[in-house]
Amino acid sequence: MSEPILKVEGLQAKYGDFLAVESATLDVPAGKIVSVIGANGAGKSTLMETIAGIHKPSAGKVTFKGEDITGMPAEKLVLRGLSLVPQGSRCFVRMSVEDNLIMGSYPKHARARVKESLDFVYQLFPVLKEKRHQPTSSLSGGQRQMVAIGRALMAWPDLILFDEISLGLAPAIIKDIYARIREINAGGTTVVLVEQDTNRAIRTAEYTHVMLKGRVVLSGRSKELGEEEIKKAYFGL
Amino acid sequence: MTVVIQMLINGILLGSVYALLGVGMSMIFGIVRLTNLAHGEFIIIGAYGSTLLSLALGVDPILTLVITVPVMFIAGVLIQTVLINRVMLQGSEPALLVTFGLSIILKDALLLLFTADARHANVPYSTATIRLPAGLHIAVLDLVVFAISLATILILTLFLRYTYMGRAIRATSDDTAAASLMGVSVRRTYGIAMGIAMATAAVAGLGVGMRWTFYPSSGGDYLLIAFGVVVIGGMGSIPGTLVAGLIFGLAQVIGGANYGMLISYLLLILMLAVRPQGLFSK
Repeated sequence: MSEPILKVEGLQAKYGDFLAVESATLDVPAGKIVSVIGANGAGKSTLMETIAGIHKPSAGKVTFKGEDITGMPAEKLVLRGLSLVPQGSRCFVRMSVEDNLIMGSYPKHARARVKESLDFVYQLFPVLKEKRHQPTSSLSGGQRQMVAIGRALMAWPDLILFDEISLGLAPAIIKDIYARIREINAGGTTVVLVEQDTNRAIRTAEYTHVMLKGRVVLSGRSKELGEEEIKKAYFGL
Repeated sequence: MTVVIQMLINGILLGSVYALLGVGMSMIFGIVRLTNLAHGEFIIIGAYGSTLLSLALGVDPILTLVITVPVMFIAGVLIQTVLINRVMLQGSEPALLVTFGLSIILKDALLLLFTADARHANVPYSTATIRLPAGLHIAVLDLVVFAISLATILILTLFLRYTYMGRAIRATSDDTAAASLMGVSVRRTYGIAMGIAMATAAVAGLGVGMRWTFYPSSGGDYLLIAFGVVVIGGMGSIPGTLVAGLIFGLAQVIGGANYGMLISYLLLILMLAVRPQGLFSK
């Protein structure tokens, strides 16, 4: 395994008294695609939000590119090269497609490259160029996901976390978006995929982590993990 | 017919000032999700600032904006970051109470500093009038205040639409968590939004001082007008604020001194009953 870009050790996250992530430990090797799978309520999204600085952890440690980033707020993590594409796309619905994308280059280091970044995103998702002046509220679910992905790419991150990117989308759109994610990874960006579509995640990712009830219960190379082994970890059998 | 057109002209000129009174409050509601009960006092501080500075420096009150706008911008940033951001962690009600307390403190401080005497910003063209065909006329003073109001709203609109900070403010108003994922510090953005709201209050204060007499206790009257404009236009919508300001202004002119306020607030009640989100809010 190459040097991890992200190390999560014993991370715990709560909502009030509810322990959403009990203790999560995982490594993400640089330049790879890694998937985090698990049933509904396993704590995957909370884990991503906690790593990305939207949610404060109650215990544990997160290291990104060798730096301790535990509890660091999202706005500082973007500057360090860590971006999250949140569940449900979370586009700025009252803003146009292009304004949403330009918001992605808000960090100072990205502003000088805004034109280049827009060209890159429009090349990746040509439909967004056609609709660049429309408000995102007029887009389909798949197109909104494209805006959310494009917006994250505008900051030129080293690591992107995708939270349930395929949720509610048609299979053809999912296939297209996954092809784009592979392209993004081929460009050198490390990718973490959180998925409920286990088969697709395992097929795409080189490494897989399985979560159950707030814990990472199985980790390994996707090809080396047996189907039975994953099923047992997934359902806690 | 002439009377109707004259009323229309007067209503539009008055309405632009009303829009200016409401625009800062609308912004704070849309972005910080806070009803700023001290906005009326902010406006009156702007009125005192312009009136007294123009007297002291012997310049046209409009030129005092060079001082009052940046000073009130900084004051707004400080009030938000030092005071309101802290209590907002406890929810929106404590923050609302803080603005209420702030309004009382500012009103009493103004009374202590400047007494209860009526004030007015004097300009050499205060009685000048432009005569139009068919017996119509426009007061130069009203026209100047109209131009200042429109220019302020236009600058604010362009700022929000085309600058990084403006986009960050709009993004924060849409979704704070998603904005922070873009690298936006939400607390800093709230500070800048309050700074801008207070800067617009400085300009609104100039308009108030030029058009009317004011006292330390006048803030409440202007807060009510601002509130009406914000509710009719749709909280957080700048075009809505402009249109609502014009509607309010026309209602005032049509109702005259006796029924102007009555008609305006009947409109407000009607709007709350029929379309509580306002004209331009979704």
